[in-house]
Amino acid sequence: MTKMLRRELKVSAIENGTVIDHIPSKSLFQVVRILNLEDLDNQILIGANLDSQKYGKKGILKLSNKFFKSEEINKIALVAPTATIIVIKDFHIIEKSNVTIPDEVFRIVKCFNPNCITNQEKVKTRFTVVDKRNLRLQCHYCERITAKDNMTFI
Amino acid sequence: MKSKSLISISDFSKEEILQLLDRAKEFEKEPIQRILENYVIATLFFEPSTRTRLSFESAVSRLGGKIISFTDSMTSSVQKGESLKDTIKTVCSYSDLIVMRHPREGSARFASEVASVPVINAGDGANQHPTQCLLDLYSIFKTQKRLDDLNIMMVGDLKYGRTVHSLVIAMCHFNTTFHLVSPTELKLPGSVKVHIKDKNLKYYQYTDIVEAIPKADIIYMTRIQKERFSDPIEYEKVKNSYILTAEMLYTIKPDMKVLHPLPRINEISEDVDELPQAYYFNQAINGIYVRQALLANILGV
Repeated sequence: MTKMLRRELKVSAIENGTVIDHIPSKSLFQVVRILNLEDLDNQILIGANLDSQKYGKKGILKLSNKFFKSEEINKIALVAPTATIIVIKDFHIIEKSNVTIPDEVFRIVKCFNPNCITNQEKVKTRFTVVDKRNLRLQCHYCERITAKDNMTFI
Repeated sequence: MKSKSLISISDFSKEEILQLLDRAKEFEKEPIQRILENYVIATLFFEPSTRTRLSFESAVSRLGGKIISFTDSMTSSVQKGESLKDTIKTVCSYSDLIVMRHPREGSARFASEVASVPVINAGDGANQHPTQCLLDLYSIFKTQKRLDDLNIMMVGDLKYGRTVHSLVIAMCHFNTTFHLVSPTELKLPGSVKVHIKDKNLKYYQYTDIVEAIPKADIIYMTRIQKERFSDPIEYEKVKNSYILTAEMLYTIKPDMKVLHPLPRINEISEDVDELPQAYYFNQAINGIYVRQALLANILGV
């Protein structure tokens, strides 16, 4: 028989919603946290450490009846730059896109400067992305750079 | 409409800087102008800084404005655990403008976002101190009669010295050539060098103080602080290598001036004080004119 028919889905298909594919395995649960999926009542299928031809191992999220605005979904680009966003309607792929690193990052990253006002008072963090390739964020308040290596997520 | 705050020197364009320095010149000619008689200025110093505070209060007084402040943040509501946001919101209803100094970086930007009146940053931790920068610019402008095409030599702690960072960023508007003299551990950080590179300006780095002196129009001296070194032996090695002495100044440009944000410890030898090149004690008075100009501009009078 043809190859197509033997392809088996490890995580079952959804009728309507969003699939986030090609998430780096180690970032899967960070993505869950950044998108606040814990607070969602929708049906969620989570696949961890699945085989991937492109990346070796990957994570996948299937969210029934959940659709994102692009600025909402782009937040995950910080931890999962390889992620693919697939919009499903009636079991069909309507749209497939990659995430892009946003120009500004709100709330999700902690400023690494311990003396920054955002780490001392109830101030929501805000950064300008000054270098998208190496992922360097400049704090809107203390003006220090938080780089990939010392980035922690709130 | 709420007028503009001054939090970081990069909030001001080249034109705004030049306009402000022109206004400062007017206040130098006529320092007493009672144009703020109907205004109340709050000075909130969450950490002590006698020099900056007195300079601001003197500027407000010369303009006829009233000053309100707390004398010691340890005895005020801050000590009782009030948040910065609440303090600022309260003080806004008492005043037309807030001058603040705070030990946390980013505190001034945050204050300007919650305040209904303009905020002038008089130092937020190790981050910004824009009025110091404006007075440095005014001192350079006054002694060199221009800001364009100068050779600025900066000596000492270029890594942590916030006055150095702001001055470099501001001077990038004026086609400056930078001569950066520091121990290897205290070189100008990449985040500041970016501004020089963006404008395609020339900069040279040295570890020895004497080499660049003949080229300089301005020598900007800063203090090297012991606490910046993780290894005390490294500090001992460099602490005496960045001291400017009178005998180093035998080949210089005719109008060259030595600046220092003060307080000085030992990085300028006292024999320099008597030379016509020593300008660091004159800088203090320039700070008053610049702050007068800034207050008047922000309040639109």
